[in-house]
Amino acid sequence: MLHLIIFLVFGAICVAGAVNLLVQKHPINSALSLIAVMVSLAVEYLLLGAEFVAAVQVIIYAGAIMVLFVFVIMLLNAGEEERTAGSKVAMIIGIPGMLVGSGLLAWVLLARSGTGSVAVGALWGDPKSISRLLFHDFLLPFEVTSVLVLIAIMGAVVLAAKPEQLQSPRKEA
Amino acid sequence: MVPLSYYLVLSGILFACGVTGFLIKRNLITIFMSIELMLNGVNLSFVAFAAQWQVLKGQVFVFFVMVVAAAEAAVGLAIIIAVYRNRETLNVDRINLLKL
Repeated sequence: MLHLIIFLVFGAICVAGAVNLLVQKHPINSALSLIAVMVSLAVEYLLLGAEFVAAVQVIIYAGAIMVLFVFVIMLLNAGEEERTAGSKVAMIIGIPGMLVGSGLLAWVLLARSGTGSVAVGALWGDPKSISRLLFHDFLLPFEVTSVLVLIAIMGAVVLAAKPEQLQSPRKEA
Repeated sequence: MVPLSYYLVLSGILFACGVTGFLIKRNLITIFMSIELMLNGVNLSFVAFAAQWQVLKGQVFVFFVMVVAAAEAAVGLAIIIAVYRNRETLNVDRINLLKL
């Protein structure tokens, strides 16, 4: 019973944060509500027994990635978004589409899916067993993602650098 | 005991909110945050199915999704900075031409 109550409370925070992200006009408010969504999702992971995933969710997502977002919002001095004709059309089509889509999805999942129920900590994802899986069965994908991250770092440096800074070594040579 | 379908419904709602934000938002950074919301919704269903079938591999896949999301955020925000430097705007309705 307590499990269900905690699930419902943090699920409600999650959905409220996601809706707030859509409603807010200033990007910094959207970013803060996205952080609320991610932290309450970490609690949902804890309920499912994925303790290491929950810790990484808070550290990487709510910490690193969202700090990057907030940093860029402040760097570019992003103001309130302006409403245009395109956004009205998107709103007329998008919001009913979302309501119909999520309603249909909820109906199919609740009435037709026939999935079982999950107890607290049904599958205990502690760091030891996760790392055993990650460094044995998934060793090659792990190494490939490390290359991917390296490429992403280099791409970010190249893209975010000012054009003249990139060209200056070439002029000297 | 919480039915697995509740977790899946929550994940579906988050994904639908992300899709809607992608459609209705006009700020480039907010559109990018909607994509992150979609990835989070998918991660929740990964963890829920891992608990349902007692397979830890679902949780390992969440880490790969997180790595891809981090790489995507780094490159995407760098692209946003480059676009802003050339256009002086973040409104996607004004970023509609490839040439300046």
